[in-house]
Amino acid sequence: MSVLSPVPVTTLPLLVNGEERVVAFPVHHTLLEVLREECGLTGTKHGCELGECGTCTVLVDGRPILSCLALAAEMEGRSIETVEGLARGSELHPLQRTFADLGAAQCGYCTPGILMAAKALLEENPAADEAAVKEALAGNLCRCTGYHKILQAVAWAGAILRGEHDARPEHEWLYGSPEPSSTDRGEAKPGGEEVGARG
Amino acid sequence: MADPIRQLGAPGEAPALRPGRVVGTPFRRVDGRAKVTGRTLFADDLAFPRMAYLRLVRSTVPHARILRIDAASALAAPGVLTVLTGADLPEPFGIMPVSQDEHALCLDQVRFVGDPVAAVVATSEDAATEAARAVVVEYEPLPTIATIDEALATPHDDERIHHHGDGGNVHKKVSLRFGDLEPGFAAAALVLDDLFFYEGSTHLPLEQHAAVAVPEDEDRLTLYSSTQTPHYLHRALAQVLGLSAGRIRVIATPCGGGFGGKSDPFSHEIVAAKAALRLGRPVKVTLTREEVFYCHRGRHPVLMRLRTAFDRSGAMRAQHLRTALDGGAYGSYGVASTYYTGALQTTTYRLDAYRFDGVRVFTNKPPCGPKRGHGTPQPRFGLEIQLDKAAVELGLDPAEIRLRNLAPAATVTANWLRLGTNGLERCIDAVVTGSRFRERWGRLPHGRGLGLACGAYLCGAGLPIYWNHLPQSAVTLLLDRSGGVTVACGESEIGQGSDSVLAAVVAEVLGLPLGDVRLSVADTDLTPVDLGSYSSRVTLMVGQAAIEAAEKARELLAGAAADQLDVPAARLVFAEGRVLDAADPERSMTFTEAVWAAEARHGLIATAGSYTPPRAPGRYRGAGVGPSPTYSYTAAVIEVEVDPTTGLIDVEQVWIAHDIGRAINPVLTLGQVEGSVYMGLGEALYEEQVVRRLPRHRSGASVLRAVSMLDYKSPTFLDMPTVETYLIEEPDPAGPFGAKEVGQGPLLPIAPAVANAVYDAVGVRIDEVPVLPHKVLAALDAAKRGDPARFGPKRFPEVDYGETLIVPTPAEGGDGTAINDWRDRERRGMRGAGGTMAERSAEPRSGRR
Repeated sequence: MSVLSPVPVTTLPLLVNGEERVVAFPVHHTLLEVLREECGLTGTKHGCELGECGTCTVLVDGRPILSCLALAAEMEGRSIETVEGLARGSELHPLQRTFADLGAAQCGYCTPGILMAAKALLEENPAADEAAVKEALAGNLCRCTGYHKILQAVAWAGAILRGEHDARPEHEWLYGSPEPSSTDRGEAKPGGEEVGARG
Repeated sequence: MADPIRQLGAPGEAPALRPGRVVGTPFRRVDGRAKVTGRTLFADDLAFPRMAYLRLVRSTVPHARILRIDAASALAAPGVLTVLTGADLPEPFGIMPVSQDEHALCLDQVRFVGDPVAAVVATSEDAATEAARAVVVEYEPLPTIATIDEALATPHDDERIHHHGDGGNVHKKVSLRFGDLEPGFAAAALVLDDLFFYEGSTHLPLEQHAAVAVPEDEDRLTLYSSTQTPHYLHRALAQVLGLSAGRIRVIATPCGGGFGGKSDPFSHEIVAAKAALRLGRPVKVTLTREEVFYCHRGRHPVLMRLRTAFDRSGAMRAQHLRTALDGGAYGSYGVASTYYTGALQTTTYRLDAYRFDGVRVFTNKPPCGPKRGHGTPQPRFGLEIQLDKAAVELGLDPAEIRLRNLAPAATVTANWLRLGTNGLERCIDAVVTGSRFRERWGRLPHGRGLGLACGAYLCGAGLPIYWNHLPQSAVTLLLDRSGGVTVACGESEIGQGSDSVLAAVVAEVLGLPLGDVRLSVADTDLTPVDLGSYSSRVTLMVGQAAIEAAEKARELLAGAAADQLDVPAARLVFAEGRVLDAADPERSMTFTEAVWAAEARHGLIATAGSYTPPRAPGRYRGAGVGPSPTYSYTAAVIEVEVDPTTGLIDVEQVWIAHDIGRAINPVLTLGQVEGSVYMGLGEALYEEQVVRRLPRHRSGASVLRAVSMLDYKSPTFLDMPTVETYLIEEPDPAGPFGAKEVGQGPLLPIAPAVANAVYDAVGVRIDEVPVLPHKVLAALDAAKRGDPARFGPKRFPEVDYGETLIVPTPAEGGDGTAINDWRDRERRGMRGAGGTMAERSAEPRSGRR
């Protein structure tokens, strides 16, 4: 009990991104709050704190959950993954690389949540097709991108994770002008479907 | 082969740049790595020692006098440090000089549910939230004004929401006439007179507004905030806090979505600053999602009447547009919004005779302001549907009628806007070809349809919000002996990629890899003023300022390098981090060596560039809204499937072509187009920011119908159709490397293209947004009964727009002034700086008149 208020406090070891730390927090605080405030892991964002936007998605034992609806007090002995744990050292996860390269992060605020939800999907099914990706990410709102670059980035990362290392979107779609002669950038192609060049 | 995107300019990722080819090549945005690793610090991610937390107490009633505020039990609550009320911050503010009608905390009257009344600061967020609930506010209710009609029907002083504006609850009236409309209407082969309604919507940024105020001294502080306009916030803070702006440092943190919603100075920012100064410790405030909905400043609901004369060829000969804007409880950008509902009507299609009447009213609802497209998507919706109707009436196809009306490039419009390049014809060709529009429009099976619409948008507002003659953007460069370049600019990154544009332009001019360019942005202590991320101004204005600064630096380096290499300076090329003789690339030195040589000769190499838009030719009162260095153009075709039994609309595909001038970074440009399509579809099909009245026994207040992300329907991954984007590059000399805007224009054609596609699919006109299934069914039922096959508004209110300003057009030999503007005549030559946007546009700018 705190001296200031009648709020009970608890102390727990939490396993976050493979590192165990002992954290003290008010028992009613959500995993989102404890990650951001007690652990200093501010990479996980909040958009509504009501379970409506998906922005605060983290992985618990490999499954995506909304950290604003989960009590930190229930997390003992479970493995929590956040965006900060996605890269291997300074080497970005394929999802991080493709999101950065394709501009799938614009303002970047929904990005950590979407990266974590996409990671869970690709770990379960690296060959997830576009319909499966849309379904898996339907609970994550993004107001900047119109979702297209995100779908392309997830598809591209999936190809890399499947070992198709030279996979890449066809870049001609960047300049899909129906007047090929007017640009020096090659002919318009609908191509690149297999890695989701179009949305 | 390695991936071309990854090869290029990813900072810290071994960028391999080709010479002089940063601009126009897809590259990883400079903040990309930080954003995918969680390293980007948004305002709410900041923490400081001894930081306290602030929670606002907001009005629970829509319109009332404040009788009493009792904060005693809040002050006695555990952890509470202080409580603030209106008396602590009595100075009014507002984004526009003409509408200084907000108080950080209401003084004696509340004007909408959500108006901030008091603030509680405590040692924890929980404690502040609990204590805020304990603040008791006693209200004396005033009548609620909730609609345009109610606002127009309350002209008396004792019924007013504000005591400024154009009388009663009318905030702003505009009436402008350019050219003689009568001959056009008299000779018309077709006159269409339509009513349209565009519902309000909100920005819904994923990041809730947040700010942290850090006191640096008893009269000096730093405010970190999620804002699109740090410069205007800086001015508002100085004004309300009564401190010199030089003692206030505003840092705009990376903004987690803006779309116009973080362009006003807000109560929470000012109150946090005041509390931090009072307490001598940092104070953080983060709005809840519900508060974000009530802060609003979003799309105005606009009722429109559009009457247009067409000749037999389909050319528009005269047009009269009337608009009525439901402004909500405060002025915000409303004066500009009002003008914008009429100003850009002439930029897409030629209109030699045009009259515009507009009115904005105050209502007891969350205040409206600028949302992506600011005031222009609404009249665009009417115009593009009406063109579709005219095409059908005249037996033309919708593409042809638009091609016959195109505004000619590089001309001055009837309302005195100077147009730049115009890629609209190529845009229309691209989407018509891509969608096989001519082969398929009018020929698809019942239930499936295609709709076409176009648009044009500003590339930066020609005038600042407050009257001044200063540059609207500035950039400084500092070159040091390491060979790195530090670029400083007040621009604020809101996700659109402004940091990347700034870095790319400097890298391009100096022939450097992006990774050698370091940015310092959006910090009023360290960076020169840029007016902010609004009006699609950043790429053009920041880009031009950056080019000037970088070219000055290049000249200093070239002079010094030329002597050392014994080559004429004019022959030197800057590329791949080297300075080379174009005639003999073996004669070269590194960029760093050139910096050493230049610094030895001149001292420290620091240069500056700034940008002021060209003066617009219009001189009449109101001419300040609409001018821009140039305009972007967009065309879109949308294919829909409509179920005639349920009215459900499924958008199958969007083809969109945008005249970007030149894409600085095509991958980010595409992202802006796709994001605009998405936001336009949300407005076209789902999103509504509307109030409902609670039953009388529950206070009768007007509250928002949707205050959660579940109830407010924005499109999800599953709702987004395929988008085929065509970037049409027609470089405009007004833009940096020919670039125009892309952040807002592509939204404009979306809603009318959806409505036009629904018509093609099932033969009914939905003349209002959002196009909801029940409206489609109602129109289908009306058609079955033999009534007009239409759903939309049925009446337009009687409005006294005041005296119409008669402005002779360029074709009539006008000089840009109104012939009957007494203010114009009286003030000619008599006023200096200062005044409002409306006034300043009437001011003489030169001695030529």
